[in-house]
Amino acid sequence: MIDYFHYAVDNDGICTLTIDQPDSSVNVMDQNFIDSFKVNLERAFADSAVKGIILTSAKTSFVAGADLKSMEERLNKPQDPKELFDKCWGFSSLLRKMETSGKPMVAALNGPALGGGFEISLACHHRIAINSPQVLVGLPEVGVGLLPGAGGTQRMMRLIGVANALPLLLQGRQLRAEKAFEKGLIHELCNADELITRSKAWLNGTPDTEQPWDRKGFRIPGGNSLMQPEIAQLFMGTAANLQSTTFYNMPAPAAITSCLYEGIQLPIDKALQVECKYFVQLNIDPVSSNMVRTAFINKSKADNLIHRPKGIEKKLHKKIGVLGAGLMGAGIAFSAAKAGIDVILIDHDQEAADKGKEYSANRLQKDIDRGRSTPEKKEQLLSRIHSTTDYQLLGETSLVVEAVFEDRDVKAEVFAKAEAAMPEDAVLATNTSALPITGLAETTSNPGNMVGLHFFSPVERMPLVEVIKGQQTSDQTLAHALDFVAQLRKTPILVNDSRGFFTTRFIGAFINEGVAMVAEGINPALIENAARHLGYPVGPLSISDEVGLDLAYKAAVQSQADLGDDYKEGASLPVITRLVTEHQRYGRKNGKGFYAYNADGSKALWSDLAEIWPRLSDDQQPSEAEVQSRMLFSQLADAARCIADNVLTSPVDGDIGGCFGVGFPFYLGGPFSAIDTKGIAQVVTECDRLASTYDAERFAIPQLLRDMAANGQTFYGRNPVTLG
Amino acid sequence: MPEAYIYDYIRTPRGKGKANGALHEVTPVQLATQTLQAIKNRTPQAAESIEDVILGCVVPVGEQGGNIARIAALNADYPQTVPGIQLNRYCGSGLEAINFAAAKVISGMVDMAIGGGVESMSRIPMGSDGGAWAIDPLIAFKTGFVPQGISADLLATKYGFTRSQCDEYAAESHRRANNAWREGYFSNSVVAVNDSLGIPLLSKDETIRPETSAETLRQLSPSFAKMGEKAGFDRIALQKYPELEKLNHVHHAGNSSGIVDGAAAVLLGNRELGAQLGLKPRARIVSTATIGSEPTIMLDGPADSARRALKKAGMTASDIGLWELNEAFSSVVLAFMEELAISHDSINVNGGAIAMGHPLGATGAMILGTLIDEMERRDITHGLVSLCEAAGMATSTIIERI
Repeated sequence: MIDYFHYAVDNDGICTLTIDQPDSSVNVMDQNFIDSFKVNLERAFADSAVKGIILTSAKTSFVAGADLKSMEERLNKPQDPKELFDKCWGFSSLLRKMETSGKPMVAALNGPALGGGFEISLACHHRIAINSPQVLVGLPEVGVGLLPGAGGTQRMMRLIGVANALPLLLQGRQLRAEKAFEKGLIHELCNADELITRSKAWLNGTPDTEQPWDRKGFRIPGGNSLMQPEIAQLFMGTAANLQSTTFYNMPAPAAITSCLYEGIQLPIDKALQVECKYFVQLNIDPVSSNMVRTAFINKSKADNLIHRPKGIEKKLHKKIGVLGAGLMGAGIAFSAAKAGIDVILIDHDQEAADKGKEYSANRLQKDIDRGRSTPEKKEQLLSRIHSTTDYQLLGETSLVVEAVFEDRDVKAEVFAKAEAAMPEDAVLATNTSALPITGLAETTSNPGNMVGLHFFSPVERMPLVEVIKGQQTSDQTLAHALDFVAQLRKTPILVNDSRGFFTTRFIGAFINEGVAMVAEGINPALIENAARHLGYPVGPLSISDEVGLDLAYKAAVQSQADLGDDYKEGASLPVITRLVTEHQRYGRKNGKGFYAYNADGSKALWSDLAEIWPRLSDDQQPSEAEVQSRMLFSQLADAARCIADNVLTSPVDGDIGGCFGVGFPFYLGGPFSAIDTKGIAQVVTECDRLASTYDAERFAIPQLLRDMAANGQTFYGRNPVTLG
Repeated sequence: MPEAYIYDYIRTPRGKGKANGALHEVTPVQLATQTLQAIKNRTPQAAESIEDVILGCVVPVGEQGGNIARIAALNADYPQTVPGIQLNRYCGSGLEAINFAAAKVISGMVDMAIGGGVESMSRIPMGSDGGAWAIDPLIAFKTGFVPQGISADLLATKYGFTRSQCDEYAAESHRRANNAWREGYFSNSVVAVNDSLGIPLLSKDETIRPETSAETLRQLSPSFAKMGEKAGFDRIALQKYPELEKLNHVHHAGNSSGIVDGAAAVLLGNRELGAQLGLKPRARIVSTATIGSEPTIMLDGPADSARRALKKAGMTASDIGLWELNEAFSSVVLAFMEELAISHDSINVNGGAIAMGHPLGATGAMILGTLIDEMERRDITHGLVSLCEAAGMATSTIIERI
């Protein structure tokens, strides 16, 4: 055991336990933490010289949270419920011992205390925090499909009541110390230099050695009976809201609500056990494993640029160029300026370029109106964006992003103009969402400098950038492009060049399947509901309308022209073509698509769809599960082909790309986590069934997956497949 | 095996279930007491022979709590040898109480019993008894809980019933109930409720509005649209019925059953004891059926429960001359008529709960009595009475006039 704690007792009998994980900039809650915490606590409880205990940290944070490495190991191990319960209960009951040892304990919060760190604090009799915006407290476990399993739900509810605790727990909110103080989660705020003296002062006064809930006659603030109408209403409303928004796909919010519903009726000791059991259930559920893997482990790998070529010095971009000041270009300029980078924003005339800059001004004004920014910050940021028509200003840039029309000739023209002015080793990136990079690079004088940087709309909100490596993209170009993404504080995935890269073809598989079903006479409401109920943010017909049916049609015509004999028509194209060419239905933009859009903002599926594609009778309609299977497995098969064909080099990119870029259900963790969870053999069987029933190509499974099934391999876990 | 015969039936008039309702000052025990007393007054020779009093009560808390049937029997001066039991089959409780009484008679467990029900909705509001269904997150998730009004709108959407169809049905309920009162069709069975001085408080159902028309109802706003959209219940409903694009919120206070106070009691027994006591049987219980159905749409069970009762009786729908189905919501009756191909002319012919109200625990007994009275008046042999029930259940009973 490595001891993470310093133990010191002063003359007044106050023991200060300082968390200070050796050789680390932060304290993380791994097994060493838990074991040494227990040893130090027991020493203090047994030490007759100790009359009170202060718990604080030597780092800038109190406790940073769970340890990713041990979490990843845990994901790969099957869990026995009883064993896991004993382990979790060991920690939860240790916290219970803290509050019942008879010695008063103060949590002296010098930095963020989130998750387990805040649960430890809640089990102390008194919480003092430095009043600084850096000191955040909260229980964010719900975000990765878990709940605070060491008393967090029970102590928060008992401190501030069900009505106040539920939203904090269900949204996993992190509160600044000041806000937490207002809500009653922290007792005292202080200046940084007073933290220990104030803690000692409390202990030297007449400190409580009992938690409020251990006192006779304790009542939970706001009520603790389910027969109270407001409490019953609260639970009814919460259960309804969760059902209607999570579609039963997310077990954590429901489990948290159950912890409160059941815990409100129990004494604390029983309530803690119930909570711990729900925690174990969530841990065993693949949803939490998938969310933890994607949100924490894989995202941190991507953020740490796992694909960055080695041996190339890190590039700090100070000035970049953006070609095309439309929606995407303007968003990229805004994001770059926000990251402190100077931007030359170029369009074909000054008015268009200024309009692109105006986008940032409007966004910042909104932030000011909401109290999230100041006029000074706005001016400072806007001063970094230079809108112009003059390509000569690209002279000192280290990277230029092209964001003009998806038209080869237009792109070739702006590439030539930019290259003439750019430094020779600067990166030339294109924001194309579908055109192969290698082909575009051929129109430039230095194809090694070209890379794809596929941003998502709205750029400033979407966390993902799909980085596309063309055949000739140099290692330096790739490294510098990844450095740029990191500077924007966005998450990159790396994709090898191919039509539609990864994200575009991956979402395309989903939309294609959904739209194809319309032509088969499947009830469009069923298609849309099935997608939403499976966890997609919007149905395939709604997305089609949002993107624009006319754009989808034009893109198909373009790729037909590009590919000639190699072109394969998607199953959805006949549907889109008819809507666009025969019925002038272009999508939301002209108020007519799969939906009819009303002036009041409402929409309804266009009733004439059934006239064009006669509806199957009710008893011939497929089940919702079958419709879901088609949409989901068309995507899983496509992702499997991407990895077999080396479009993707790692499941990490596919899972991050699917979830953070194109709305793949987060609870499934991404396509590769989903394939692992469902079982490789089961996925092969289902795709084969769908292939023989509907379409051999859309559900075609690569040999790789069949081999994995035969060898008992998975994408993640103890027996991972070797790729490449 | 003995047969179960119906010898007598009494109900209170139904008072508006609000603080200004005529029966609001009367305790629920008193409501039940006065119906039991009325039975005893009409057939005093039977009191000693009654071996159970089974009363439906859907919100059995507070003054309706404990076992209101036994307490009302004692209060009605039944011999102390007469026990009582309260049961809850949600809205079908009053009929289920009769079915349970019949089952006891048929099985030979008792020779004579009372089935009935009571509910003072003005004094003990719906939902006061809590329960896990709506508020325990695990249970709400498992069952796809939605409030009943959402279920009614879901039913209407599924069957494609329009707002105006529902309104027209509701207006007809008022017209028929008004006509029945005017013609005195209820006079043999409704006994006025008296106050503590013995002065009648109410002698006629309080909520009938003869002037109601589909046109006047059109003015009312849907009751469940906001709840459905804001609280998310519509989306919960669509998870069970993904073939529907959205819910059509057609129900409102005017085409849903009314909230009222009331009680009813039915005297049942075997043939032998009835003959010994000189009682004339009015009808025989032919068959009964309570079924479970999908709990989110909740209210479409009556057709299946009627089919099962018919099957048990070896009958078909065409053998039934007169129907009573509780008017929980317009769409419930419209769906039932469509499922069993029943003409509006032969169902709820004297109106129903939309006009006269639905005192939850008592309604089943009330509409069984209404059916017997009307079968006698029309000289009809077979009738079927049915109610939809919360959480996806329904109870039906087929009776044969003697």
